[in-house]
Amino acid sequence: MASEVEKKAVFDIDSAKEVVQELRASFVAGKTKDYEWRRTQLKAMLKLMDENEPQIVAALRDDLSKPELESSIYEIAMLKNSCKLALKKMKHWMMPEKAKTSLATFPSSAEIVSEPLGVVLVISAWNYPFLLSLDPVIGAIAAGNAIVLKPSEISPATASLLAKLVANYMDSSCIKVVEGAVPETTALLEQKWDKIMYTGNGRIARIVMAAAAKHLTPVVLELGGKCPVIVDSGINLQVATRRIIAGKWGCNNGQACISPDYIITTKDYAVELVDSFKCELELFYGKNPLESKDLSRVVNSNHFARLLKLLDEDKVSSKIVYGGERDKSNLKIAPTVLLDVPQDSLIMNEEIFGPLLPIITIDKVEDSFDLITSGTKPLAAYMFTNNKKLKEKFVEKVSAGGLVINDTTVHLAEPTLPFGGVGDSGMGAYHGKFSFDTFSHKKAVLYRSFAGDAPLRYPPYTNGKLRLLKSLLGGSILGIIRALMGWSKA
Amino acid sequence: MEKSIAELRETFKNGGTKSISWRQSQLKALLQLINQNEDSIFKALDQDLGKSPVESYRDEVGVLKKSVTYTLSCLEKWVAPKKAEVPLLFFPAKAEVMPQPLGVVLIFSSWNFPFTLALDPLIGAISAGNTVLLKPSDLAPACISFLVETIPKYLDNKAIKVVAGGADIGERLLQLKWDKIFYTGSPRVGRLVMAAAAKHLTPVTLELGGKCPAIVDTLSTTPSKAKVTAKRIVGGKWGPCNGQACIAIDYLLVEEKLASALIELLKKTIKRFYGENIKSLKSISRIVNEHQFQRLVNLLKDPNVADSIVYGGSVDEEKLVIEPTILLDPPLDSEIMSEEIFGPLLPIITLKNIEESINFINSKSNPLVIYAFTEDETFKKRILSETSSGTVTFNDSMVQFLCDSLPFGGVGQSGFGRYHGKYSFDTFSHEKSILHRGFYPEIEPRYPPWTDFKLLFIKLAYEFDYFGLILLLLWFKRS
Repeated sequence: MASEVEKKAVFDIDSAKEVVQELRASFVAGKTKDYEWRRTQLKAMLKLMDENEPQIVAALRDDLSKPELESSIYEIAMLKNSCKLALKKMKHWMMPEKAKTSLATFPSSAEIVSEPLGVVLVISAWNYPFLLSLDPVIGAIAAGNAIVLKPSEISPATASLLAKLVANYMDSSCIKVVEGAVPETTALLEQKWDKIMYTGNGRIARIVMAAAAKHLTPVVLELGGKCPVIVDSGINLQVATRRIIAGKWGCNNGQACISPDYIITTKDYAVELVDSFKCELELFYGKNPLESKDLSRVVNSNHFARLLKLLDEDKVSSKIVYGGERDKSNLKIAPTVLLDVPQDSLIMNEEIFGPLLPIITIDKVEDSFDLITSGTKPLAAYMFTNNKKLKEKFVEKVSAGGLVINDTTVHLAEPTLPFGGVGDSGMGAYHGKFSFDTFSHKKAVLYRSFAGDAPLRYPPYTNGKLRLLKSLLGGSILGIIRALMGWSKA
Repeated sequence: MEKSIAELRETFKNGGTKSISWRQSQLKALLQLINQNEDSIFKALDQDLGKSPVESYRDEVGVLKKSVTYTLSCLEKWVAPKKAEVPLLFFPAKAEVMPQPLGVVLIFSSWNFPFTLALDPLIGAISAGNTVLLKPSDLAPACISFLVETIPKYLDNKAIKVVAGGADIGERLLQLKWDKIFYTGSPRVGRLVMAAAAKHLTPVTLELGGKCPAIVDTLSTTPSKAKVTAKRIVGGKWGPCNGQACIAIDYLLVEEKLASALIELLKKTIKRFYGENIKSLKSISRIVNEHQFQRLVNLLKDPNVADSIVYGGSVDEEKLVIEPTILLDPPLDSEIMSEEIFGPLLPIITLKNIEESINFINSKSNPLVIYAFTEDETFKKRILSETSSGTVTFNDSMVQFLCDSLPFGGVGQSGFGRYHGKYSFDTFSHEKSILHRGFYPEIEPRYPPWTDFKLLFIKLAYEFDYFGLILLLLWFKRS
C-alpha cells in the first residue's frame, strides 16, 4: 500500500521511462499485433461503457456540469459506435492492399501491408474527456499498438475514472493511463514514442511537436480555431438558427473545437437573425438560462475569467443583444449573442470556446469568404444557404478541416469523413478507417522473381543499354522492340 | 529572399496555382525542360558525382519523365472529390472529401540524386496546386546552377522558385512560416527541420535513411539464381551513386557456410561490372566531396575493421575514388556497423542460421528498405510480420523505386510521410471533408429542452436502429 502511494506521488522521467519500457517489451513480444488481442480489448471497452454509464455521466457532471443527454450521446454513444465499427471492419482494414505494378518492374507483384507503429502516446482534452481519450485509443488498438493515454487534468473526475476503468477492463501490460498535469506530461514527452496524438490548443501543440522532433516521432495534432458560420438570406431561418444553437450551446456550451465560433451575415438580414436567436434560445433554455439543466457550465474559474474578459471589453460589452448574465459561484454564463463587435476586439481574435456568439455583418454574402480567408484556417466552417453558386464558392474558397452546408458539427458523426485540421487547426486526421490508418505504418512490399533479369540494368554501361532503358522506362512496346533490335545489332 | 516568399504567398492567394490547366502546363513545361536539356543534365551529374549517362538516365532523367507523364495522365482523377457514404439517418445529405493545396511549400533536396530528389517532390507539389520554393543541397554545385538557371526559363516564376545556398540559407528559410516542408536527408538535420516546423505547426515529410540490410538466402538454390542474386546485390550497392543512396544496400546477412561462395560471386561480378582494380574503375560514380571521402576512409581506419577487408580497400584521394570494398564480419560495435555507410563499403555479417537475420535487423533502428533474397515463403512471411521498415523488396534491389503505386517513405528513424505517384499528390494536399445537408426533414429531438423521449430517440438513432425508432415514434404518438 505504501509503495503504491509512493509510486502515485511522483511520476517523473524515470517513471515515464519505465512505462515505455514495459509497453515496448509487450509490443516486441507481439501481444498487441495479434488480431484476437485487438478484438478482446475493443470488446472490453464496450463492456466498460455498458457497465459504467451512470458513473461516466456522473464524472462528466462533476467536471463540466454536462447534461446527461450530451454525455450519453456525444461521449458514450458515439464512442460505442466507433468501437463497434472497428470491431466490424478491423479484419478488412488489416488486410494488405494490392498495388499495381508496371512494365518497368515486370515480372513482379506488389502490396501495401499495414503494420502497427509500436508504442503510442495519446494526449486528450478536457471538453469531451471521455470521447477524446478513448476514440483515438480505439484506432490505436485496432492498428495493433501499445498505448499510453494521458487524459487532461482539467477534467479530473473523468481522468481518474478512466484510469480506474481502463486498469480494470483492459490489458494493463499494453494499455496504460497516466494521470497528471504539466510535470507528468513533460516526463512523457521526453520519451521516444512511435506516434503522438494530441488534442488541444496551438500553444501546447507546438511544445508537443518540438518534443516529438527530437525523436523524429510523427504527430497528429487536433486543434481548433474560429469556426465561422455564414448565414445567407432566403433560407429556413428557424431550422438554421436551431442547428446553430445545437452546435454552439448544445455542444458543451460552446466549449468544443467545432462549435460555431462566430456568425457572418448581411447587414440586411442581421435583425431577423438576431430575433430568431432570441426566440429559439428562450424556447430551448427558458427565461432564466443560468438555471437551465440543459447547459454545461464553464469548466473552471480560469476559463470563466477569460470569457468575461472577452465579454466585458469596452467596445464589446455594448454590443450584447441577448444574454450576458453570469453566475460566478456556479461558473455559468448565459447564452450571449453580440452584434457588430469591432474586428480588432479580443473576442474576434482568439478562439472563444464558450457561450458567446458574435455576429459580424457585411454588405454582400460573398464578402464573407475574404473575411474568413484573412484569418487562420479553422477546424470547421459552416454555411446556410440555398444558393447553389454560393455553395460552390464556399467549398472552393474556404480552407478548413471540414465544411458543412446547412448544418453544424454533424460531420463529426460521419466515420467515412476524415476528421482533422489544416494549417493552425492541426495536421493529420482520424475517425473510422482514418483512425486505423493514422496509427499504422503502410509498408510497401515488392515481390520479384529471378526470371527476366535484364542485362541492361547492369554495367558495363553502353549506348545500346541506354537506348533500351529509355524505351523501357517510357513504357512503349514499340520503342522497346526497336531498341532491342537495334541493340542486338550493336 | 523574404520578398520572393511573399510573392509565392501572393500568387497562391490569388488562385494562380489552383486551376488544373495551370498545373498541367507546368508539368508539361517540366517535361520539356528535361527532354530539351538531357545532355546538360548528364554533364552536370558527371561533373558533380561522376555519374555515367546510363546511371543518370536510369536514376534521374528516366524516373522524372516517368513521374511527370504518370502524373499528367492521372491528374484530373486525383483532383476530383471522392464521394463518402452517408447513413440513412442523415438523409438527405451528400458527403465528399475534396483535396486542396496546402499553400506555400518548401522542398529541401539532397545531393546524391540532385535532380530526382528535387524535381520529383516538385511534381507532387505542383500537381496538388501549391506554390513552391526549392532549396537543393549545395554539395552538387553544377546541378544547382543548372536548376537555378533553367527552371525560371520553363516554369512560372511567380509560383516556383529555386534558391541556392548552404546551411545558413536553409536555417533562414526554416525560421519562416510554410504550409508544408518536405525534407530529404539525414536524421540529424531532419530533427532540426521538424523542430523549426513545430514553431509554426507546419506539417512535414521526412525522407531519411538508415542501414538497409540485404538478407541473402538464395545461394544454395541454383547456380543461375545465385548469379542473379549476386548481380542484383552488386547493382543495388554500387549502382546507385556508388552506395551513396538512402535505398542502397548497406550490409549483407548470410549463413556462415555460404559466405565464401558469396564473396567469390560478388568479386567476379564487381570485376565484370566496374573493372579489375581501382585504376581501371568505370561505370561507377565517385565520392561527392573531400568531407565524405574522409568520413568513409575513417570507417576503415579501425584496425579490426581493416583486417576484415576481403576485397578492395584502395583509395585515391585526388580523384575522390574508393574502390568497391567487401568486408567479412567487421566488429559489430564498430562505426561501420552502427552508422549508415552511404558509400562503397559492403560489410557481410555471417550467421549460424539465416533466420537469425530477423533479430539482427530488429536490433538496429528501422531502415528505409529491407531487401531479402529468398524463396522460402514461410521466411518471407516472418520477415514481413516480424520486422519494420519503410519498404520490403524480395529478390531484388532498388526497383521498388520505380513502382508508382507503392508509397515511398520510412518509419521510425528512417522518417515519416511518403510520396511517389498519387502519394506525392496526397502529401502536398489537404483532404477537406464536406457535408451537404438539406433543411428537411427536421429531427426535433436534436434540440433542448431535453426529455427522456429525446434521449431514447437519439440513442436509437446513433445505433442506426431504424426499426426501434419507428416503434418509439409510433408508441409515443399513440400515448
